[in-house]
Amino acid sequence: MTVAERTETTWIDVCGLDDLVPHSGVAALVGKRQVALFLAPYAEPSVYAIGNWDPLGHANVLSRGIVGDLGGELVVASPLHKQHYRLTDGSCLEEDVNAGSYPVRIVDDRVQVGLSGS
Amino acid sequence: MSNPNNTDREKLIVIGNGMVGHAFVEKLIEADGLARFDVTVFGEEPRAAYDRVHLSEYFSGRSAEDLALTTAEDYRREGIDLHLDDPVVEIDTDNREVVTRAGQRCGYDRLMLATGSYAFVPPIEGRDRDGCLVYRTIEDLDAIRAHAESGRRGVVVGGGLLGLEAANALKNLGLETHVVEFAPQLMPAQLDLAGGDMLRRQIEALDVQVHTGKATQLIDAGESHKLRMNFAEGDPLETDIVLFSAGIRPRDELARSSGIAVGERGGIVIDDQCRTSDPAIFAIGECALWNSQVFGLVGPGYAMADVAVKQLVGTDESAAFTGADMSTKLKLLGVEVGSIGDAHARTPGAQTYATINEPDATYKRLVVLDDKLIGAVLVGDTADYDTLLQYALNGLDLPEHPESLIAPAGDGAPALGPDALPETATICSCHNVTKGGIIEAIDGGCVNLADVKGVTKASTGCGGCAALLKSTVDSELGKRGMEVNTDICEHFPHTRAELYHLVRVEGIRSFGELLERHGRGHGCDICKPAAASIFASVWNEHVLEPMHQPLQDTNDTYLANMQKDGTYSIVPRVPAGEITAEKLIVLGNVAQKYGLYTKITGGQRIDLFGARKEQLPPIWEELIAAGFETGHAYGKSVRTVKSCVGSTWCRYGVQDSVGMAIHIENRYKGLRSPHKLKFAVSGCTRECAEAQSKDIGVIATENGWNLYVCGNGGMKPRHADLFATDLDDEQLIRYIDRVLMFYIKTADRLQRTSVWLENLEGGLDYLREVVIDDRLGIGAELEEQMQAVVDSYQCEWKSTLADPAKLKRFRSFVNSDAPDDNVLFVEERGQVRPATPEEKRERAGIETLAEEA
Ligand code: SRM
Ligand SMILES: Cc1cc2nc3c(=O)[nH]c(=O)nc-3n(C[C@H](O)[C@H](O)[C@H](O)COP(=O)(O)OP(=O)(O)OC[C@H]3O[C@@H](n4cnc5c(N)ncnc54)[C@H](O)[C@@H]3O)c2cc1C
Ligand code: SF4
Ligand code: FES
Repeated sequence: MTVAERTETTWIDVCGLDDLVPHSGVAALVGKRQVALFLAPYAEPSVYAIGNWDPLGHANVLSRGIVGDLGGELVVASPLHKQHYRLTDGSCLEEDVNAGSYPVRIVDDRVQVGLSGS
Repeated sequence: MSNPNNTDREKLIVIGNGMVGHAFVEKLIEADGLARFDVTVFGEEPRAAYDRVHLSEYFSGRSAEDLALTTAEDYRREGIDLHLDDPVVEIDTDNREVVTRAGQRCGYDRLMLATGSYAFVPPIEGRDRDGCLVYRTIEDLDAIRAHAESGRRGVVVGGGLLGLEAANALKNLGLETHVVEFAPQLMPAQLDLAGGDMLRRQIEALDVQVHTGKATQLIDAGESHKLRMNFAEGDPLETDIVLFSAGIRPRDELARSSGIAVGERGGIVIDDQCRTSDPAIFAIGECALWNSQVFGLVGPGYAMADVAVKQLVGTDESAAFTGADMSTKLKLLGVEVGSIGDAHARTPGAQTYATINEPDATYKRLVVLDDKLIGAVLVGDTADYDTLLQYALNGLDLPEHPESLIAPAGDGAPALGPDALPETATICSCHNVTKGGIIEAIDGGCVNLADVKGVTKASTGCGGCAALLKSTVDSELGKRGMEVNTDICEHFPHTRAELYHLVRVEGIRSFGELLERHGRGHGCDICKPAAASIFASVWNEHVLEPMHQPLQDTNDTYLANMQKDGTYSIVPRVPAGEITAEKLIVLGNVAQKYGLYTKITGGQRIDLFGARKEQLPPIWEELIAAGFETGHAYGKSVRTVKSCVGSTWCRYGVQDSVGMAIHIENRYKGLRSPHKLKFAVSGCTRECAEAQSKDIGVIATENGWNLYVCGNGGMKPRHADLFATDLDDEQLIRYIDRVLMFYIKTADRLQRTSVWLENLEGGLDYLREVVIDDRLGIGAELEEQMQAVVDSYQCEWKSTLADPAKLKRFRSFVNSDAPDDNVLFVEERGQVRPATPEEKRERAGIETLAEEA
């Protein structure tokens, strides 16, 4: 959603790579937004960022879900009611909702999340 | 229900509200018979129909209510007139009218006799003395219990099936027990001489004294006991109770005096349609004589009820009773006995094979005619019963060496699978359900065992057919491609029980290793928590160790229960619900300091709600300093042991239930399992701790503890089953160790003990064999495994607070300590609660958080 608009991306330094938890998630505050960061060491790329807000459970919890793969897709299961969200684009497998996703990159072992300029 | 405007309605009277009479009414309702008949039922007993087959359980904890098959209210709701405690004393067949003892008169168009039988008392002088009793109704059992209280010794007259069951009851009541049998052997109707002998030896080993070949001639007043029995030969025997169990006789007196044909040796004569000599009158159950036989089992009675309903309602006029199989498999006084068909080899030309194994105390005999099995006797080991019964019932060709069927386990012929059976094969004889009936049920939409049980009633009688029923259902579902896929998820082609086994046997300690050896992909929210739970049950390492932490469900990850707004609740352990004033004050102070909502839980402890995850460590710091431990409310693990106050304070208590509950809670706290585990201990039978609704329930008795297992509250409540009685402390703990570890070893993921037991092949009896008789020889191993868990207990919160790496996870954000600003409370009844979305919206700025990111 961000790429197509060709708006400028601002990269915000969030934390060290070693602050992430392998096979799991952490919450980060990026500006005023809550972002869920996941580290899947076996995948390429291995770091993902989606919104922390569970659009069905109405709480900031997605970073606290279990990470895994379903039918080959990397997903996190919401800890509230177990719906699965794709780590790649934040879309929900079971319902027509989206948690949102963010570009993320590693520079010198630092994790940076991109916000589209606006 | 009744429709007075419909003049076509016929009047149907049922005499007798026993097991078969009630089954008849049920079947009639099912066949829509109430649309055609106004039904009136007269029963002689003071209560509505109850489960006579399981009558003995009245002595092992089941109440009259538990045994009830129905209630007067149920009948009323169907519009059926039920008159209890008022037997019919006269039938006027000319005017089609019955008269009751209370003088009611009632006309009929059709009449059903289901009067059952009575316990036969041989005409011995003195048989009316106080202390001479029978074993047939709940009132009989009340009388036995009352006499047992003041007595020390009991004698059962009759060594048949029922006599041995009665002997077991006397033994359980704490009496020195004797059995006196007129024939030269025990169970003469079912067993041959050698089988009877083996049974006798086993029963004597259990401290029941057996006297065979003894004819009682006189019952007199005794000296050291209330009564003295004199025999034709040998010394007299003194006793406080004489319990007659010398066979049953059909209750045909009413039919006889009303001019309805009865057999020479008793029984109301019926034809294949269950009609008596008077075409308006039917008879079914134990009072009926068909083809010169009466049937002393409930299965044939149910089959007759079925036929009678079809005849009366006219749904199937070709319905006919065609006899019934009288094979039996029982566990008497803990000894397994089975008898099939012509056990005595009376059929001309029959040949027999027999094995006697004295060290194992087993005896097996086959009776064979022309390559077919026509009878069998099994004593001490009935594992082959199902297979043999199917050979006999279905006339299957025997293997070349029939003796291989009774060879020691391992070398024997393979058990007959359900696929080898014809559709006419009877699977459940109690409810007369054939393999064809099961197929029909599955084709009609049943997709699992429970559905099939519900529709066909198979396996809901004596339960003897449970294993065969399960394998038949599994196989039929499999053939339809409906095989329930038991793989835990897409990542492992295994059940939870298989994964447990692999972890244990291969010493696997991490998910990565498990995945590499036995799985594919990367795991998911199904297999990860399941694996975490297995690792915890087997190795009991801290759940937040780096390799385990990502596997845990959220609640376990933060050692607290997530609430709807993302905050957590905190439930410290309060073993057995006992708590000091000091600790209560600490809980109050902590709640006040952090602004938490407090509530007493259904599990006798205190829940503190509304803590953000970054608040959890400081809160636990304070709780642990005050001596609290984690309550594991977040885990699939041992929750609480509920207790009543017990003998310390309560005037009824017979044991220290609080002390035992604390002991149990401290032993098993921290144990992780396929689903949560709840316990309770009550100090007496009033059961204030509701132990019979728990996974493990303990109720104090005068002599120790009764253990109940596999109860459940929640979505599908299940009464716990009485597992063992009068245990001492050590036995109690040993049995609980074994039951729990066996459950952990074999259950499915998220399967409570109640569902596990319902699905366990062989059910409660099998569980008893594994735990009490140690039939699998794994008892010691299960205890060791439990001890390892007990010895490696740690308070998960205490260890977490000591480990900065683990605490890192509790920060609100990886890059900030700001609180989650979506967590917002409002006040209600003097405490906080989460704000509703509307309330949040009313406050500026909050809503924007939910905007599309
Ligand atoms: C707090 C408490 C209610 C209360 O305010 O009293 C409670 C709260 C929850 N119960 Fe419960 N149950 C509580 C006692 C019970 C009881 C009563 C008891 O234990 O005596 C039962 C019925 C007894 C039983 O389990 O057999 C009970 C039957 C359930 C069930 C249904 C289980 C079943 O087998 O059908 C669930 C759902 C599940 O576990 O899958 C459940 C699940 C839950 C969950 C975990 C639901 C959830 O996922 O959020 C609740 C969150 C707990 C929390 O702290 O946030 N709770 N729950 C009780 C905590 C007791 C304690 O001290 O630990
Ligand atoms: C301890 C025990 C263990 C048993 N175990 C097994 C077992 O394992 N398997 C098995 O298959 N069977 C077993 N049975 C037998 C089984 O209980 C009977 O086969 C079954 O109860 C028969 O049902 P019924 O309705 O014919 O008779 P009953 O259940 O005896 O019912 C007849 C009812 O009619 C009433 N009645 C009689 N005359 C009148 C009248 N004139 N007016 C009104 N009411 C009247 C009686 O009071 C009684 O309530 C056992 C029986 C006992 C006692
Ligand atoms: S169960 Fe018995 S001992 Fe316990 S409180 Fe109730 S009455 Fe008292
Ligand atoms: S054979 Fe008794 S329940 Fe099936």
